Amino acid sequence: MGQRLIYLDNNATTPTDPRVVDAMIPYFYENPGNAASRNHPFGWAAEGAVDTARKQIADLINVDEREIIFTSGATESDNLAIKGVFEMYQRKGNHIITAKTEHKAVLDACGKVEKMGGSVTYLDVNREGLINLEELEAAITDKTVLVSIMWANNETGVIQDMKAIGDICAKHGVLFMSDATQAVGKIPVDPKAVGVHLMAFTSHKMYGPKGVGALFVNRKNPRVKVTSQMDGGGHERGMRSGTLNVPGIVGFGKAAEIAKAEMAADAERLSKLRDKLQNALTSMLEESYVNGSQEHRMPHVTNISFKHVEGEGLMMTFNQNIAVSSGSACTSASLEPSYVLVALGLGDDLAHSSLRFSLGRFTTEEDIDETIQKVAEGVNHMRDLSPIWEMYKEGVDIDAIEWSEH
Amino acid sequence: MAYSEKLLDHFKNPRNVGTLDKNSENVGTGLVGAPECGDVMRLQIEVDPTTKKITAAKFKTFGCGSAIASSSLATEWLKGKTVDEALAIDNMAIVEELALPPVKIHCSVLAEDAIKGAIKDYQQKNGVQTVESIVASH
Repeated sequence: MGQRLIYLDNNATTPTDPRVVDAMIPYFYENPGNAASRNHPFGWAAEGAVDTARKQIADLINVDEREIIFTSGATESDNLAIKGVFEMYQRKGNHIITAKTEHKAVLDACGKVEKMGGSVTYLDVNREGLINLEELEAAITDKTVLVSIMWANNETGVIQDMKAIGDICAKHGVLFMSDATQAVGKIPVDPKAVGVHLMAFTSHKMYGPKGVGALFVNRKNPRVKVTSQMDGGGHERGMRSGTLNVPGIVGFGKAAEIAKAEMAADAERLSKLRDKLQNALTSMLEESYVNGSQEHRMPHVTNISFKHVEGEGLMMTFNQNIAVSSGSACTSASLEPSYVLVALGLGDDLAHSSLRFSLGRFTTEEDIDETIQKVAEGVNHMRDLSPIWEMYKEGVDIDAIEWSEH
Repeated sequence: MAYSEKLLDHFKNPRNVGTLDKNSENVGTGLVGAPECGDVMRLQIEVDPTTKKITAAKFKTFGCGSAIASSSLATEWLKGKTVDEALAIDNMAIVEELALPPVKIHCSVLAEDAIKGAIKDYQQKNGVQTVESIVASH
């Protein structure tokens, strides 16, 4: 220890911006009220703070503040949107369309819908990580009530063609929901402009606190309703009961305000650092491959496979001071690597060899320079240890070997 | 996940990394695992033809830290043992020595399989009756 810590795992969570923490503090001490207490100054202060935050968040995504439903985070928002639409629109149909590369919160909510009698189509993606629009349109039936496609992928940063998907949904009169957790606050996200009717996102991926998220629910043309999944005091227009997390919401609002002001500059700076990292590693290290589209991608993310090196082992060479994540799932009982990378058509071996670098507002050029050096050393060290790298270097056809275990 | 000091030491300073001549009569090679599973271990032994003792053991492993440490430890244990003694090495001894967490026990199993695979290869080369079906599948 004693080494400088470098955090390149911002897609897992972002550090809270100090300006956000400062904004939250008064709502623990001076203003501890419940936003639903309508009859005293404590309640009024809390309600006012929530109103301000709701406006800040609505402004970030260019919607009306009455269209923001506060939740505990994106997982809850995804569940509320998918199960809530399924229950609300049962008379219209029972079919949902999503993609294989969605977050588990969407996939598992869809799995629950299937258990509840619904049917779900899981679209494939191409090598770039993008869904095929013709396949999407062909999958829509008269029973389809919802299309759920994420804005940007958590593992690869790949951004779907939201406008084109929205147009298809509009043409067929189907609701369009998006898990925009990785996109909001990092790139311009305007759900109404692309025809998104429900959108899940969260505070802790945009430098706000953990434990608070939101679901955007379109109010007009069409007026969308979801069946509540949490019953109680009828908060959030009856769609999500439960006392509002006032300090969290205040922080979320502040984070949205900062994001709106600084997002463009952050994105420009981070894309340069990301490109520097990616170009250095892929040029220094042979047999390294960038996963997913580089054209349609978040500015702060790169996912790279270093062939014949196992990702988790590789991370152990530098994880005393550098935090990244890997598509290798060596710790899971199934030993299966990232389903997202496998859906892109990567072999399991390349998926096991992947690292995801996600930069953030507090990443410096010094961080990137040190990461380039340590990762390159780690890959070279692990390749010196790797029997399949040795075979590859000797020209052995690794695919032709009959491995002992599958 | 917190790893033991011994595991981290074997990972950072792996012992006996390298390659022996797989065509030599005195060398046995065990290659286990598969790239798709995220683990490939190659373990080799060199046996003195007169004393029947293992004089050298080398490994290369594609895998996580626990897989690398398990194979490094295995090579340490093999040196100086007779083939029969080597056959008695049990994966649970590796688990204990490195304090492998439950999700990493398969790494020790792989190391035991690699040892048995190397011995079997050596025995086949030298016309010795092999230990049948020791390489377990899982």
